[in-house]
Amino acid sequence: MQKITREVLIEKAASLLNEGVVSAVYGWKKGEFVYDVTPALFTTTEELEKEFVWGDFCGANFSKYLVASTRKIEGKILVFLKPCDTYSFNQLLTEHRFDREKVYAVGIPCEGMADVSKVKAAAGEGIIAIESTEEGLAVTTLYNDAPVVVPYAEALAERCINCKSKKHVAYDELIGEEGDVLESGRFDQVAELEAMTPDERFAFWQNELSKCIRCNACRDVCPACTCEKCVFNNPVSGAETKAPMGTFEEKMFHIIRAFHVAGRCTDCGECSRVCPQDIPLHLLNRKFIKDINTHYGEYQAGAEVGSRAPLVNYTTEDVEPCDVFERGDKNA
Amino acid sequence: MQRIGVFVCWCGSNIAGTVDVQAVSEALKLEPGVVFSTNYQYMCSQAGQQIIKDAIKEHKLTGIVVCSCSPRMHEATFRKTAAAAGLNPYMVEIANIREQCSWVHKDVPTGTEKAIILGKAAVAKVNLNAPLTPGESPVTKRALVIGGGIAGIQTALDIADAGFPVDIVEKKPTIGGKMAQLDKTFPTLDCAACILTPKMVDVAQNEKIRIFSYSEVEEVKGFVGNFDVKIKKKARYVNEDVCTGCGACTEKCPQKKVPNEFNLGMDNRRAIYIPFAQAVPKVATIDPNYCTMLKTGKCGVCSKVCTAGAIDYKQQDQIIEEKYGAIVVATGFNPISMDKFEEYAYSQSKDVITSLEFERLTNAAGPTAGKLLRPSDLEHPHTIVFVQCVGSRCENCAEKGKEYCSKICCMYTAKHAMLVRDKYPDTEVYVFYIDVRTPGKNFDEFYRRAVEEYGVHYIKGMVGKVTPEGNKLKVQASDLIMNKQVHIDADLVVLAAAIEPDKSARPLATMLTASMDTNDFFTEAHPKLRPVESPTAGVFLSGACQGPKDIPETVSQAGAAASKVIGLLAKDKLTGNPCIASPNEQMCNGCSSCERVCPYGAITYVDKEFRMPDRTTLMRRVAQVNPAVCQGCGACTVACPSGAMDLRGFASAQIIAEVDAICK
Repeated sequence: MQKITREVLIEKAASLLNEGVVSAVYGWKKGEFVYDVTPALFTTTEELEKEFVWGDFCGANFSKYLVASTRKIEGKILVFLKPCDTYSFNQLLTEHRFDREKVYAVGIPCEGMADVSKVKAAAGEGIIAIESTEEGLAVTTLYNDAPVVVPYAEALAERCINCKSKKHVAYDELIGEEGDVLESGRFDQVAELEAMTPDERFAFWQNELSKCIRCNACRDVCPACTCEKCVFNNPVSGAETKAPMGTFEEKMFHIIRAFHVAGRCTDCGECSRVCPQDIPLHLLNRKFIKDINTHYGEYQAGAEVGSRAPLVNYTTEDVEPCDVFERGDKNA
Repeated sequence: MQRIGVFVCWCGSNIAGTVDVQAVSEALKLEPGVVFSTNYQYMCSQAGQQIIKDAIKEHKLTGIVVCSCSPRMHEATFRKTAAAAGLNPYMVEIANIREQCSWVHKDVPTGTEKAIILGKAAVAKVNLNAPLTPGESPVTKRALVIGGGIAGIQTALDIADAGFPVDIVEKKPTIGGKMAQLDKTFPTLDCAACILTPKMVDVAQNEKIRIFSYSEVEEVKGFVGNFDVKIKKKARYVNEDVCTGCGACTEKCPQKKVPNEFNLGMDNRRAIYIPFAQAVPKVATIDPNYCTMLKTGKCGVCSKVCTAGAIDYKQQDQIIEEKYGAIVVATGFNPISMDKFEEYAYSQSKDVITSLEFERLTNAAGPTAGKLLRPSDLEHPHTIVFVQCVGSRCENCAEKGKEYCSKICCMYTAKHAMLVRDKYPDTEVYVFYIDVRTPGKNFDEFYRRAVEEYGVHYIKGMVGKVTPEGNKLKVQASDLIMNKQVHIDADLVVLAAAIEPDKSARPLATMLTASMDTNDFFTEAHPKLRPVESPTAGVFLSGACQGPKDIPETVSQAGAAASKVIGLLAKDKLTGNPCIASPNEQMCNGCSSCERVCPYGAITYVDKEFRMPDRTTLMRRVAQVNPAVCQGCGACTVACPSGAMDLRGFASAQIIAEVDAICK
């Protein structure tokens, strides 16, 4: 359950709009279903009052939207940033993807977001209402008479169980108290994959990636995927594909994407959140992050603006390629 | 569509011995775009080049593939050939079917198959080649010499002699290097200082040469003809321009217990010191690790006795920025540490010393004023054992020593043995060796004299153990020729320690993007034909940084490096390499990844206006490459997340076409 209320956020947004500090507000809006919350741009207080939502399904990270919207919209844009969103925000600033002057960032606290799949698994399909209560999420479905209460601990998304930071690394204004960078077990599952034999690991990924329907949601939501022309949309790249075909998704698509965002991925987890097939895509990126930490020293993309990511930097302490080979799994 | 000609070279039997050249030219004739294909004994010969020229004209070729040796050998030759026939030289591709094919395969079918595949890859690339035109860049007419030993000194003198300004950067307070520490030099036995110090004085007096002593190279940017170098002049707490080198401070300094590195710690110096009497520049330096004033703020004796007022306790490190056209590396060598050779009891007994320490013990300016005395009790040693190859030629002990031969030890050990027998005929001298290697003018004669005239006992075999017992050193060794164990009670044991490149060499190589071998010696552009040039244009090698060398060799290499530098600096303009990076602005995100990886600082960003599909305009940040600075290394093309950056002549599409042709 979130500690701040929808009203606090609406009040903040409305006052900034009315004072003329900002001309638009990025917020969450109810979608087709109660759990289906979508990002939206609000320009009036009426819209805010009517459609703005805040709750346990507001996982969407707005950072990437700023790339396109700051180019189009006159004046500043208000953006609400949860702690993990601020890392993506900084990373995009590092890459000069939007003008900081055109954004008014408000940091908001987050108690972790719910994973719809987990809620469905606990309460069943046909959800028509979800209420956040002290005990947990009270879920009403078409098929039950009384709401089923799913405790928060059981509903929490994987990325929130392994939350890396409650600290906002960028904001103009902060609502609530500042948190800390956390010790998380986010690499535990990567270590389990590393412990597998190459054949087992291949089977694991083949099983997961073969589920891909190539909806491109992971790419479209990824804050690190902001290329002016995506390699998969470029006819001259030789990798242009838009629909699933053969084993391209299984063998290439996600690996190419992981390489493209390596060193720039902040581990925001949006790829796995939006995947309609529940493929744990974040594990690919975390493997890169773990390897970078091991070989080049701890590095968190987006922790500060302008930091030099190890993969585009050289120091004399850098590991020699032969040592990486020695430390790696030679049979892999 | 290109009109491609293929020319397969036999290279005598070098290629034709393991590759069916006729089959290769037949097979490549069928590749897309190929309109002409032939083979010839020596494509690089006048006649071979004429075949290419004629074919270009006759068949109106737009591109050619030469299947021959490595492009490092003859790419330039064939580019000139193409240019002479009116074809853009960058429409030439070399398929290396010698080093990467015929030389590594033994049977003809395998070699032929691979040669065809390599040829296909080159054809696939030429199909995508476009004519390129190189730009020009100016040359800064000033050279930098890194290291002020005999190699650096000689190089600097020779360059200055040709009229070009030279700066020497030396990390120690004085130039002179290892040679200044030596006593006599083989094979003529003239005193090292007598022949070195006049050269040091020449350097100091030469108007074209500046010496940055007690300084280090901090950063190198730029490229051949246009290096931007930052030099850190470390604070020596003495004003160099004012100090007269009188030495009063070095006599009065109350801190007397500082190990004297010039004498390898065998005696002490003061906290303020001049390394040796003939130091250049002859100015004092305060050692901040020992100076009481700098550590506690209390003392100040040196500043009181300095009549020139040169002492400046507040002096700071200073960064000097300078432009250079050429850089010479002359960082030299050091003996390896004896820590891992406990069998020789180096750390247990003061009377087990290295050869360089022996040089100081026999030097008139050394700790014993030239009298050969044992360090432990200052007695005259009557039995001396020299051990050669300590850490050299260590085939099975790479973790302790070096696999290579240190080259100079055989000669200096013969010199030491001979000098001892000459000055102290009552001393018995034994030399243990694996082999005695004395190639060089008058070298073997020198060694023979040590054995035949001076009666030095040379024993083939290695020392197994040295055990200090009382005031003797029990030496246990094997005599391989007599096939027996030898036991000698020695007074002094001298270890000919292997030599290794100076520790500063590796970080320097990184700064210069110059390559090194596994032993940290700088590699040459070609081991035989370009021995003083590094593969990095504008970086030259002088002395032991390139490999173990004695003084005569070092001096001749120093002169050779100087002549290469002079050849470069004499030019007003350099023709650049047109194979440089260029961004596709439509795809560029302006993310700065390329700028961060560029080792040459060739990339900047501009805000540019773009027309959008909906007829609006948009200002976007995009990368720009400075063609004079870009060296075409390709780091940016790999770092670019959007694939906007590409290398002319080595475009991703061309490389993928090559890979596809190989994998087909």
